[in-house]
Amino acid sequence: MNVRFVLNGRPAAVDAPPSSRLLDVLRGALGLTGTKEGCGEGECGSCTVLLDGAPVNACLVLFGQVEGRAVTTVEGLGDPEHLSPLQEAFVKEGGAQCGICTPGFLVSAEALLAAIPQPGETDIREALAGNLCRCTGYQRIVEAVRAAAKERTSREPG
Amino acid sequence: MALVGRSVPRPDGPAKVTGRARYVDDVAVPGTLVGATLRSTVARGRLRGIAKDPSFDWTGLTVVTAENVPANVVALIEEDQPVLAADDVRHAGEPLALVAGEDGLRVQRALQHLRADIEPLPPVLTVADALSRSAQIYGSDNVFRTVHIAKGDAAAAIAACPVQLSGTYTTPHQEHVYLEPQGVLAHWDEDGGAHVLSSCQCPYYIHKGIKRTFGLTDERVDVTQAVTGGGFGGKEEYPTILALHALLLAKASGRPVKMIYDRKEDIEATTKRHPSSVSITSGCDRDGTLRAASIRIVLDGGAYVTLSPVVLSRGALHAAGAYRWEHVAIEAQAVATNTPPNGAFRGFGAPQTIWAMERHMDRIARTLRLDPLLLREKNLLRVGDTTPTGQFLKESVGVARCVEEAKKASRWEERRASPAPAASGMFRLPPPGAVTARKARGVGASVYLHGAGFTGSGELAHRARIAVDLLADPQTGRARFRVRGGSTDIGQGTETVFRQIAAEALWVSMDRVEFATPSTAAVPDSGPTVASRTVMIVGGVLEAAARSLFAQIEGERQQKGGSFEDAARRLLAAHGTVTVEREYEPPPGLAWDDATYRGDAYPVYGWGCAIAEVEVDLDTFETSVLGLWSAHDVGRAIHPTNCKGQIEGGLLQAIGWALQENLVMREGRVVNARLTDYVIPTILDAPRFTTLLVEDPFSRGPGGGAKGLGEIPMDGGAPAVAAAVEHATGIVCDDLPLLPETLFALSKETRR
Repeated sequence: MNVRFVLNGRPAAVDAPPSSRLLDVLRGALGLTGTKEGCGEGECGSCTVLLDGAPVNACLVLFGQVEGRAVTTVEGLGDPEHLSPLQEAFVKEGGAQCGICTPGFLVSAEALLAAIPQPGETDIREALAGNLCRCTGYQRIVEAVRAAAKERTSREPG
Repeated sequence: MALVGRSVPRPDGPAKVTGRARYVDDVAVPGTLVGATLRSTVARGRLRGIAKDPSFDWTGLTVVTAENVPANVVALIEEDQPVLAADDVRHAGEPLALVAGEDGLRVQRALQHLRADIEPLPPVLTVADALSRSAQIYGSDNVFRTVHIAKGDAAAAIAACPVQLSGTYTTPHQEHVYLEPQGVLAHWDEDGGAHVLSSCQCPYYIHKGIKRTFGLTDERVDVTQAVTGGGFGGKEEYPTILALHALLLAKASGRPVKMIYDRKEDIEATTKRHPSSVSITSGCDRDGTLRAASIRIVLDGGAYVTLSPVVLSRGALHAAGAYRWEHVAIEAQAVATNTPPNGAFRGFGAPQTIWAMERHMDRIARTLRLDPLLLREKNLLRVGDTTPTGQFLKESVGVARCVEEAKKASRWEERRASPAPAASGMFRLPPPGAVTARKARGVGASVYLHGAGFTGSGELAHRARIAVDLLADPQTGRARFRVRGGSTDIGQGTETVFRQIAAEALWVSMDRVEFATPSTAAVPDSGPTVASRTVMIVGGVLEAAARSLFAQIEGERQQKGGSFEDAARRLLAAHGTVTVEREYEPPPGLAWDDATYRGDAYPVYGWGCAIAEVEVDLDTFETSVLGLWSAHDVGRAIHPTNCKGQIEGGLLQAIGWALQENLVMREGRVVNARLTDYVIPTILDAPRFTTLLVEDPFSRGPGGGAKGLGEIPMDGGAPAVAAAVEHATGIVCDDLPLLPETLFALSKETRR
């Protein structure tokens, strides 16, 4: 079945069983391997993507559910030559170590900053509570989101 | 230049934050089959045979059993572990057979149609059963190894002390939960050469294992590290067996084979932290001056030897803690049980024995009514002291400063003075009918050390080698540099700090130094990425190699003139790529005797002090860690942000071990092999960290004195948390984890 949706801002159509996991279609047919599988049961958040702007675990979303909706993956946030403020802050502040959880954190943090441009520490921790990281102890991730929020505000005109 | 000491943006960062970094499961090779493993469901038995269900369609599926394995051993310290079980089954989850096919789902179905006929035998599931020899499962006594360390006459000295105290302290399994499960991609070339792409810490371990099992020479085996999503020791030895499995399937099918564990299989089958029981009897003066300790350690090694002898050794060498003792006797044993083999995990035995010693220090402080940190400060090791192995500490003992700085940052005295319950040594339940939630706060501390580098003569035996190349940039023709070694970046930042060290020694910018992907076909063996040795030991060899290459170019410049760039270009024109390879040279005067356990156990030690503040809910007995102040003597911080990231990550791993991680085994099988019920800390469980770096340089460390730091934070987190819980509630818990139900049960004993 051909499923039509918007992927990272561009229209997409993929012929795949609607009962496939969104995660498998992204990583397989679409070759977007930035979205990672850490547990396959919605606990670790490594496969977080945005569905109409809201973070979801792509391992728990059936592909058919994205018909007519907008999906954003880490590949849609920026590329190595044009890092988003969040991506840049994660590199600078030590928010990424092994990097396998990083795409999920970035996607969740992106949704947070879209909703709350100047989040407090509690906002940040609550927004990222669905993403597990085993390397950082999370402190540098909190710092990175804070730094990105500051940078985004200063980049805005006026 | 001053690159060393600066928190430069990590060069592997952009690929990781954009999803471009290629982990093994992100690599697609056309024609690759999916491989999977049939595992034992019983803990011990005799394998009579494996039969294929004739009613199942086996077309296009490859099946491999023990009889297809050329030399059926996993080459580690001992060769007791088979690649696939042949006759004896020694633990639940043991691999029995392998299946590969085009379609993952069909491969999973096929596993259900392989019938393993196992005659069950009574398993040895506990350390007590192993030591009482309820069945003989390893050697004559079920003991993998015994270690003795003696300094003076502990028994006599304890007997002469006015204060004698004893306690037993235990710790459970811990699962690594690297967020990327284990995975490998393997194929054979037309000339019979083996190729492996692995999520791993130690490509040369896998290299050795493949050579042994398939009877191949060095150059016929190529093991490359893929970008690796965390390791923590879990990807030290285990990836070897996984690579062997994939190569067996690739050989039998003639196709590349990928094997990626799902989380459940990863938790069920791969190695864990060794459970431990440590009993300490100490003697001290009434003012808290420590005199003597007698320590007995038992580790549960699981079903095969793997790395247990060295984990045991490191555990024993850290058991006396960061303190001065005139007399010490340590007896340590690693025993065999029919449970999945335990192996390397950050800290490598030290977190277990430090847990025991730190809890014991709190016992002494409690008994003598002393401030726990004052008691520790009174007895800290200093330059000029000797350790239990007789090692004379001649430099870089920054522990007093660590305690001082952590105390100051946390306002220890103030926080310590505030809560009431601990002062009375009593736990009080909320009054009946109380509607408001009752919470109690407290602070606790731990002080610890960690030997950096391999134990004893290990570094000498391994002789780490690393190379630095001068080569021409293919585009510009300009001189570039390349670092080549087997040391891997598993997230801790090897690439970043190696490029910093090399660039600084070569007086060039970091972007002109590349870090070669560790691949056994292209890099010398700098030893495994373990034991807090990568920066200190391998980084030191790297610094020497880079300096030597710099001297070569500088020599050319002085001889024939021009700039550094001109000289480099002349060398390139004359010789092509110029390579300097260096080998580890042990510091002069370092001596170690494996037979007697006397001498310099480690080249140097890292030191730390952690102070935790907790809040315990007196209705639910849940513990939250609110703040964690720590100071660690790292010698020299080459990349301060990375150092802090390592420390905070290690401390949180220890907090998880202390409060919530609880691996449950029944009949030798893991029953909670999911992240739903094996729960690691989330960002909401993590405290706010205040992380201080103390620099008391090691004269032989790179970058002006760096010491190992990867493991030490794992040593200090758990005892600090338990001490804080005690301070908050009066509840003394000597057994990890401090689950709410455990604390609740203990509260009834504590109440008077």
